[in-house]
Amino acid sequence: MKILVPVKRVVDYNIKPRVKADGSGVETAGVKMSMNPFDEIAVEEAVRLREKGAASEVVVVSIGVQQAQDTLRTAMAMGADRAILVLTDESPEPLAVAKVLKTLVEKEGPSLVVLGKQAIDDDMNATGQMLAGLLGWGQGTFASKVDVVDGRVNVSREIDGGTEQVSLALPAIITADLRLNEPRYASLPNIMKAKKKPLETIPAADLGVDMAPRLSIVSVAEPAERKAGIKLGSAAELVEKLRNEAKVI
Amino acid sequence: MTALVLLDHEGGQIRKAALSAVTAAARLGDVHVLVTGDAALAQAASRIAGVSKVLHAADARYAHELAEPLAALIVSLAGGYDHIVAAAGATGKNVLPRAAALLDVQPIPDVVSIVDAQTFVRPIYAGNALATVRSSDAKKVLTVRSASFDAAPAEGGSAPVEAVAVVDSPDLSRFEAVQLSDSARPDLESARVVVSGGRGMGSEEKFHALDPLADVLGAAVGASRAAVDSGFVPNELQVGQTGKIVAPELYMAFGISGAIQHLAGMKDSRVIVAVNKDPDAPIFQVADYGIVGDLFDVVPQLVEELKK
Ligand SMILES: Cc1cc2nc3c(=O)[nH]c(=O)nc-3n(C[C@H](O)[C@H](O)[C@H](O)COP(=O)(O)OP(=O)(O)OC[C@H]3O[C@@H](n4cnc5c(N)ncnc54)[C@H](O)[C@@H]3O)c2cc1C
Ligand SMILES: Cc1cc2nc3c(=O)[nH]c(=O)nc-3n(C[C@H](O)[C@H](O)[C@H](O)COP(=O)(O)OP(=O)(O)OC[C@H]3O[C@@H](n4cnc5c(N)ncnc54)[C@H](O)[C@@H]3O)c2cc1C
Repeated sequence: MKILVPVKRVVDYNIKPRVKADGSGVETAGVKMSMNPFDEIAVEEAVRLREKGAASEVVVVSIGVQQAQDTLRTAMAMGADRAILVLTDESPEPLAVAKVLKTLVEKEGPSLVVLGKQAIDDDMNATGQMLAGLLGWGQGTFASKVDVVDGRVNVSREIDGGTEQVSLALPAIITADLRLNEPRYASLPNIMKAKKKPLETIPAADLGVDMAPRLSIVSVAEPAERKAGIKLGSAAELVEKLRNEAKVI
Repeated sequence: MTALVLLDHEGGQIRKAALSAVTAAARLGDVHVLVTGDAALAQAASRIAGVSKVLHAADARYAHELAEPLAALIVSLAGGYDHIVAAAGATGKNVLPRAAALLDVQPIPDVVSIVDAQTFVRPIYAGNALATVRSSDAKKVLTVRSASFDAAPAEGGSAPVEAVAVVDSPDLSRFEAVQLSDSARPDLESARVVVSGGRGMGSEEKFHALDPLADVLGAAVGASRAAVDSGFVPNELQVGQTGKIVAPELYMAFGISGAIQHLAGMKDSRVIVAVNKDPDAPIFQVADYGIVGDLFDVVPQLVEELKK
């Protein structure tokens, strides 16, 4: 069984994003970029399934600029077997990403696609669900536990009021939530090995997919800044302020 | 124009967040709602103020709001609607993007403000930026943040209930079980006061130090990711970029440092209080009132003062 894991290159989660002065977007030039943290979890889960013998090969794919190669190498250093870069200068929306992934799924024939539940730049939380819809596959989103048994995959999902278990027929889509696992750090020897693993580049135009954006950005703005308030010396003072100044209790 | 709202439910109740989705949809036109589950849920839906028609999908295959059959059902109903809306919770985020893909539409998640019928504001980068986006799709599929729209009154309406036909869809997934935390406390997303604890709470046992405070304030209890990951509390209490988004009248953070991912979930609260023993903790930069000190001293003192 083959597993496909889409990984996205995003602004590192430790960086505080800055809105561009002209309001056209968020500054990404010269900013540290890393693999989307949820995708590290997705890669880890796929590699563990292979290590357990439930899968035979883990293929990672990224849709993006040339530098997304670094993200793919990181995924291979974590244990993925090979990589595909779908090269584009645009930043495609989830609908376009899902359409591209669908063509790759048809070509590669994986039984499982494991994605991150959301990318921390656009916070869309959509691509996995959309890919599942386009393929007509079952979906186990926001997964905190995954078991492959007897041609099915059982998934624990984090929902609003607790946890839910669903069982999906294979092939299926999984999207990884934070507590699915703790991703490993790539060791130096594995980083060296990853440099020799195969990485195929496909120009997005070659796939014949309509990637035209449906959303146009009118503006991107900083949210209203909160100002630091005052420090108080005691619980009594705080309760007095909450009662008489803020009037919230 | 008419909007269709997917009303999600949990534990036999329509979720409060779904009532906020009704309010948002009412800005876009006439409001029809789709609800699954038993007749009592359809009746509850018909009483929501501002709803003009209830579509009830009573078939058992929809009862657990599984994305695969429910998205197919929404697609079959979509013809008559300009907007398809749900609360930005676990159900809306699971089902609507799938339906959108089948309709060849790019969804617009986490809407916090409606500019006009095709233009919406949504936070990106953990709320560090607000993007105003315009959709060129013929139909708009959106999820809305309940913290940004008041809940529609649960009583006052008397909409007719119409049964909807089952749509054949392959058996892709099966509901197995659900574990809901049975808390007597108010719902985190709609509570007026939220009392949250972080890694500084120390342990599962010591986290209960917040209980008496939540009791006197009638507050919901929340947590940081670190507190959840350390096993102090279950995951559904997590507040932040990847947890619940809350905007209560009063948010009190105990032993929480104030990482941007946590702030993303609570910085729109009206009044923020932080108690932390580190005077340089970033949480103080967003707090209206702060106390530098040990939370295990401050919390019991607060309870004492509040009881006075
Ligand atoms: C309002 C708006 C503002 C934007 N602003 C910017 C901007 O300032 N700068 C900028 O660079 N781009 C911008 N974009 C484009 C953006 O970067 C995204 O590529 C696009 O919106 C995808 O959303 P997402 O990554 O949040 O998807 P999600 O659905 O949250 O992603 C979920 C998962 O899908 C997979 N996935 C998603 N995208 C890819 C990919 N390209 N390759 C491989 N796997 C993937 C990953 O597994 C990921 O964890 C903007 C888009 C919109 C709609
Ligand atoms: C992709 C991604 C998504 C994330 N999503 C979220 C999210 O949704 N929500 C979230 O919360 N985090 C999220 N995080 C994690 C986030 O980055 C922080 O790690 C987390 O919020 C830290 O939690 P904390 O403040 O409880 O812990 P810490 O940062 O360890 O802070 C503990 C604080 O407690 C104080 N303290 C300790 N003991 C006491 C005491 N006795 N009295 C008073 N103060 C005390 C300390 O001074 C310290 O400031 C995410 C991270 C990533 C990478």
